[in-house]
Amino acid sequence: MPSIVSVRDLTKTYASGFQALKSVNLEIAEGEILALLGPNGAGKTTLISTICGIVQPTSGQISVGGHDVVRDFRGARDLIGLVPQEITLEPFEKVFNAVSFSRGLFGKAPDAAYVERVLRQLSLWDKKDSIIQRLSGGMKRRVLIAKALAHGPRVLFLDEPSAGVDVELRKDMWAVVADLKVAGVTIILTTHYIEEAEAIADRVGVINKGEILLVEDKAALMQRMGQKRLHIDLAAPIAAVPEALAAYALDLGPEGRSVIFTYDTKGERTGIVTLLNDLRAAGLQMTDLATRQSSLEDIFVGLVRGQV
Amino acid sequence: MNFHAIRVIFLREMARFRRTIMESLISPVISTSLYFVVFGAAIGTRIAAVDGVSYGAFIVPGLIMLTVITQSVSNASFAIHFPKFIGSIYELLSAPVSYVEIVIGYVGAAAVKSVLIGLVILATAYLFVDLPIAHPVAMFALLAVTSFSFSLFGFIIGIWAKDFQQLQLIPLLVLTPLIFLGGSFYSVDMLPGVWRTIALFNPVVYLVSVFRWSFFDTADVPVAVSLLAIAAFTALCLTAVWWIFRTGWRIRQ
Ligand SMILES: Nc1ncnc2c1ncn2[C@@H]1O[C@H](COP(=O)(O)OP(=O)(O)OP(=O)(O)O)[C@@H](O)[C@H]1O
Ligand SMILES: [Mg+2]
Repeated sequence: MPSIVSVRDLTKTYASGFQALKSVNLEIAEGEILALLGPNGAGKTTLISTICGIVQPTSGQISVGGHDVVRDFRGARDLIGLVPQEITLEPFEKVFNAVSFSRGLFGKAPDAAYVERVLRQLSLWDKKDSIIQRLSGGMKRRVLIAKALAHGPRVLFLDEPSAGVDVELRKDMWAVVADLKVAGVTIILTTHYIEEAEAIADRVGVINKGEILLVEDKAALMQRMGQKRLHIDLAAPIAAVPEALAAYALDLGPEGRSVIFTYDTKGERTGIVTLLNDLRAAGLQMTDLATRQSSLEDIFVGLVRGQV
Repeated sequence: MNFHAIRVIFLREMARFRRTIMESLISPVISTSLYFVVFGAAIGTRIAAVDGVSYGAFIVPGLIMLTVITQSVSNASFAIHFPKFIGSIYELLSAPVSYVEIVIGYVGAAAVKSVLIGLVILATAYLFVDLPIAHPVAMFALLAVTSFSFSLFGFIIGIWAKDFQQLQLIPLLVLTPLIFLGGSFYSVDMLPGVWRTIALFNPVVYLVSVFRWSFFDTADVPVAVSLLAIAAFTALCLTAVWWIFRTGWRIRQ
């Protein structure tokens, strides 16, 4: 699939001398949902802001829909919608007017019916005449999303859309994202919530200290790095794992009531059968077994730790 | 050219003007009326006519300029500083608009406000004095050009300022003295020798002089020189705006 956003060798050094992005390369395919994960200060907002034109790149090239974001900024920005991380809205404006303003700013003729549809989609229609200042934080975030959608963008950037948002709104937002994906919109979102990336992304990128550590298909990533953990509950607690079982590198569970075996699902032999036999031989009685897939979170934490 | 962007920026600024109509219109009118009462009626009766014009009428063009200049600078500087301050400027920076459209929208709205305020003050003046207008078209054009160029100047200050204190600084430290020493209340010819020369470095002198000419057909400095000075000031501001957006100075990190 052709990439709709292409970032090549992008670096950004702020006026303070701080290098927030170190040679970032990123290709985003049309129609996909990419989740960018990274700890605070990783450079997620800087990367998005540079693509959207708020931050000037120090070096490198960015193109959106084939338009260079600096030389052909109009062509590039026509396609982009941005939901910023911070709630930055004109406080005294009415919701409907704020969304219509965004539409005009992107060169689109007034279209009350379109704005109404966007507001309804975000459950904001009954607030259309409210002054923004009087809305709750979650409502303001919806207004930010409505503003970003007001001109019908082809590429939508959501910078931490779930920060400070309750479960319901998060679910609503995921539904909106799913609708947009069906409509062919490319979505890039940053998040600290691994579940969010797991729930809605097609691909996951991990960024830390201004570098992209990996970008991979979510399913492939989880499979490639996916390890399973077998929890074995014991009838009687043990103080330590018996010598005879050292080869399995078992972890002892809480209060010695269980042992945990980590194995690779891709391996030729998982070693489960022999382990169970050896357990019995060692005189341990099992009461229950459970396996767990390691989550993106484990992968993420492992990657970021590994870099330190 | 993104005309829709110009339209929405302009209309939003005008909506702000309507919301704050009290501050925007009433207060300049009240303060101007006070000037009339103090300078025109109380002191003016004891001052002989200047250049054959009664003192009450003589100060009208200067008073209009005084208000138009202060209002232009404060409106335009606030209009662009506020989004910068609260962060909503992200939208301008990420939209397919060039600085030309941003400037036309913001500066255009600020200038239109100033022209309206200037006309309201002119109307107020008629309540107090009899006022001939020798060159009405030139008068209106000068009002418009002054509103535009000082709105442009205010726009630059709004971008330059890092906080609201700085936003007040230039108007207070630079503009107010220039305006009060700009010949609003006297003719530059009345100044003694060396002060007259110094006054000629004050750009406001040229504005007030030519504006007064449009009313009374007499000027302190030749009309052509005044027009040249205004053109130079406007060109300087335009160059500054062009440079600001080309380099992203204090707008784009
Ligand atoms: N205007 C600026 N001047 C100097 N340094 C900056 C500026 N903006 C951001 N930084 C620095 O750049 C780094 C990356 O910041 P950025 O906001 O991109 O991180 P982030 O990944 O979005 O973090 P978070 O998850 O907290 O939002 C941080 O160390 C930050 O302090
Ligand atoms: Mg961020």
